[in-house]
Amino acid sequence: MSETSLTYEFQYSSAQHQAETAVSGMWLFLATEVLFFGALFLAWIYARHWNQAGFDMGAQQTSFVIGTANTVILITSSFVYSAGIAFITAGNSRRLIQFCVIAWLLGAAFLVLKFGIEWRDDFARHLFPGASFSIQGPLRSGAESFFVLYFFGTAIHGLHMVIGLALVSWIILRASRHDFSASYFTPPLVVGLYWSFVDMVWLILYPLIYLVGRGP
Amino acid sequence: MSMTATQAPPAAPSYLTDGFTLRSWLLTTDHKRIAILYLVSITIFFFIGGVAAALMRYNLIVPEGMIGSAETYNRLFTTHGVVMVWFFLVPAIPVTLGNFLVPLMLGARDLAFPKLNLFSWYLFVFAGLVVLYALFAGGVDTGWTFYTPLTTLYSKGHVVAAAAAIIIGGFSTIATGLNFIISIHRLRAPGMTWYKMPVFLWSLYATSVIMVLATPVLAMTLLLLAFERIFHVGVFDPAIGGDPLLFQHLFWFYSHPAVYIMILPGMGVVSEIIPAFSSKQLFGYKFVVWCSVAIAVISFLVWGHHMFVAGTSVYSALVFSILSFMVAVPSAIKVFNWIGTMHKGFIRFDAPMLYALGFIGLFTMGGLTGLFVAALAADVHLTQTYFVVAHFHYVMVGGMVSAYFAGMHFWWPKITGRIYPEMWGRAAAFIIFIGFNLTFFPQFILGYLGMPRRYHSYPADFQVLNVLSSAGASILSLGYLLPLAYLTWSLFYGKRASANPWGATGLEWQTSSPPLTENFLSVPTVTEPPYNYTPQGAVQPNV
Amino acid sequence: MKFWLAQATADAPEVDYLILALVLTSCVILALVFGLILLYSVKYRAGSPIDRGELAKKTWRLEISWTAATLVIFFGLFVWGADLYVRLFRAPSNGLRIYVVGKQWMWKVEHEGGQREINALHIPAGRPIQLVMTSEDVIHDFSVPAFRIKHDVLPGRYESLWFNAVTPGKYHLFCTQLCGTGHAQMVGEIVVMSGPDYQHWLEQNGAGGTLAEQGQTLFMRFGCSGCHGGNGAGGRQAESTVPAPALAGLYGSPVTLADGEIVTADDAYIRDCILIPEKRRVASYPPIMPSFAGQLSEEDVLKLVAYIKSLTPKEQP
Repeated sequence: MSETSLTYEFQYSSAQHQAETAVSGMWLFLATEVLFFGALFLAWIYARHWNQAGFDMGAQQTSFVIGTANTVILITSSFVYSAGIAFITAGNSRRLIQFCVIAWLLGAAFLVLKFGIEWRDDFARHLFPGASFSIQGPLRSGAESFFVLYFFGTAIHGLHMVIGLALVSWIILRASRHDFSASYFTPPLVVGLYWSFVDMVWLILYPLIYLVGRGP
Repeated sequence: MSMTATQAPPAAPSYLTDGFTLRSWLLTTDHKRIAILYLVSITIFFFIGGVAAALMRYNLIVPEGMIGSAETYNRLFTTHGVVMVWFFLVPAIPVTLGNFLVPLMLGARDLAFPKLNLFSWYLFVFAGLVVLYALFAGGVDTGWTFYTPLTTLYSKGHVVAAAAAIIIGGFSTIATGLNFIISIHRLRAPGMTWYKMPVFLWSLYATSVIMVLATPVLAMTLLLLAFERIFHVGVFDPAIGGDPLLFQHLFWFYSHPAVYIMILPGMGVVSEIIPAFSSKQLFGYKFVVWCSVAIAVISFLVWGHHMFVAGTSVYSALVFSILSFMVAVPSAIKVFNWIGTMHKGFIRFDAPMLYALGFIGLFTMGGLTGLFVAALAADVHLTQTYFVVAHFHYVMVGGMVSAYFAGMHFWWPKITGRIYPEMWGRAAAFIIFIGFNLTFFPQFILGYLGMPRRYHSYPADFQVLNVLSSAGASILSLGYLLPLAYLTWSLFYGKRASANPWGATGLEWQTSSPPLTENFLSVPTVTEPPYNYTPQGAVQPNV
Repeated sequence: MKFWLAQATADAPEVDYLILALVLTSCVILALVFGLILLYSVKYRAGSPIDRGELAKKTWRLEISWTAATLVIFFGLFVWGADLYVRLFRAPSNGLRIYVVGKQWMWKVEHEGGQREINALHIPAGRPIQLVMTSEDVIHDFSVPAFRIKHDVLPGRYESLWFNAVTPGKYHLFCTQLCGTGHAQMVGEIVVMSGPDYQHWLEQNGAGGTLAEQGQTLFMRFGCSGCHGGNGAGGRQAESTVPAPALAGLYGSPVTLADGEIVTADDAYIRDCILIPEKRRVASYPPIMPSFAGQLSEEDVLKLVAYIKSLTPKEQP
């Protein structure tokens, strides 16, 4: 497909103009997401400052194994997706689809581990804050605050993951209809930015949940 | 050949005649039609918020409160605040005048993301339906500021629904701001450098930066609030080591920049109107544009001035106080520049100019009274009283709403292709100015004397000033109903407008009134600086 | 009909001077703005044939001038407001302490002599008064316009206000932080009395023992004496084998915490030790103090604080 036959909306001067603008739009949207999660991280740091011992106790209840496995899964998923982009820039739509599928499966694995296994275990151990919270004693209130942020933060991140999986599915669908080529790959690129961003948010959640306060 | 207004010739083709079905409106991606959809929506919300205000002023005629129930009164001022802040003031100019004019002023055929634009309207409407449910099916009584732990642990009302509505509306705002920023960066017509852009575009750019950076913080804050209210545990609850002040910091980190989202577009409108009706270049263009940017930046640094008596440290108070004085400086510079524009001009007093001059006077009064509450020792006495209520109504209503009306009247011919009846326009401007001052000036005195805000009833010694204020409110209400009437009348019976009835500069005046769907027959090239007025009006077209 | 506000404290006139200066500054600036708009509207109206001459080319100097003037005036106002605020912020150490608990929808006041009031506060004129305030539920705000002061009252912590009322009389007390349905009913009066009148009032209303005496009763009832000793002497005496810090002489003295920080044992410190002991782990003592959160009301805590304050080292057996 030659460049001149690519369509673009009438407010743009060329297909390239539109493609670059779409990418700028996604970057700006990710900036808003930085402020969104930033507010959460600020609240987290603030709450931890006033409840350090309780937060440490809470962190020690988390599953280091699942958390670390999930981190590896997400980083790999992001990498695989980016490799897919590299393929489509060379015109290889088939590889794009394959790599998107792998990235999707890894993302789904994250969700299964996080919500199907880890959360289920957390609830079984009565770690959800409230009347039946299992940590008693002087550190209860700090640990409860930790778990408020833990459940809230992982839920919001999980929601972003689900949206990301929907977007990757959309890319797989369009790619299978041969919508993308070496001269047009803006949607996969834009979705890739979002997917990598969701990964980076996890890279901040991971130490806040599993590492800080865990101790030797 | 003379014609009576009712025998106007059939309309020339325009974006208004480009499809008459409901579908062509509800599924449009034309920024101009989306602007009209928004215009209808926010006008409805303006009147809902206005009716709430009218009932509040009615209640306050007698010390014991005309409306027997304190709970009802608390719900009324919450309705008034939530609706006016998020469903009128924050969107108003950006989604109506902004959506309509940004592509035209840029010399573009539409915004960067037209489908996102339509989606933002649907988000707004959905948010609006949820908020109407929250406010009327049961009600919310916490004030628009939603302080914890009142909202999280004690209030009986639809707090979570109201929070959800505001979050959804926030996404609409972010979408609009994102669209404007990208459009201004990427869709400027050939030859239009940044310093050739009209100030209205700079103002919307600054506004949009605040929109996209501050609104997400509000979304997160309200989500945390909703979590705490639903699960009865959270980070704002002192009983489990949380901190109610954390809520206030997060809330005001958004809500202070939010008030600059409200006023910056208004300043942009005034910066277009004063040169047009003085037939003179804007004085100090570069100062005015960089002041908009400065206001946007500094606005993020002053949130703590809402918390001087909240239990923060004296050091925090000192820092926020000096920064609050600093944020007023760029606004003052703009006022001087507007007046400088009038110097040696050729001043005409059509309705847009009257509203714009009213803006300058009332905004200056509001801004000066902001200094009172920025001054620490004075704020301790004046905060949480009617003084603050008067201060923010002077800037938001006397300022922003006047600017909105100024812009509506100025660009009405462009948007609708009709001229409104000028004498009615001038009469409404005067009635609004007088009614506004009668309503809100007594409140400065009431606040100094100590009358608290959000009080359903009050000590008898405050009655006279309250009655004065309520009397003013009835005049103000009349003033606001007039434009609704004559602007609607003009849609059917007004004289048809030419491309440039005011003789103004700007690319939007170089195309037909109303414009074609594609805005320009051919993409314009810009060679002249903005505001190159001559005494006879804009003789030099920009293309 | 009320158009003026009493200046009932020594500092109220200073606040009024600042406000007056702000009013005058505003009037001058508004006169300039309105005046110029009117002048230009008339002089340069479109039909006016006067010669407008050349437009100024270099506008830089004008811009810098009015920017500088604005900055100087604003900075001056900031300094004035900040200076007054900082001076008013620091409570004098000899203030008469009175305790206030706000709850939906009333103010509960407790004097050290055990006198209790609801929605009223009787105070002597001419002495610095320090209010120590907390809330049982939501955030309230204790506001006395005639004194030109107010401060938020928060759950879970103590906030403080001080003033020196010089003019006897009755003044409005308002709650000025929206606290629910009864917000506008949470009003009362401050009654400033001359010294002798105040003494008389104290005697008339002081049944039930002083705050400290009531606190001692609670100290025994809740078992504090079990670890801290009958007179707060501490837990290394014969009465107890549990190591617990001595409380006699504690109030106002420096305490070294487990993390090395040194704090002063004030009202808030003692309150935290009772309700959130893990927040205040004292050096060289094991963290075994139980929390009494949920068992003591805010007023009970204030009584215990008053009792502990009253313990001097001389009272050791």
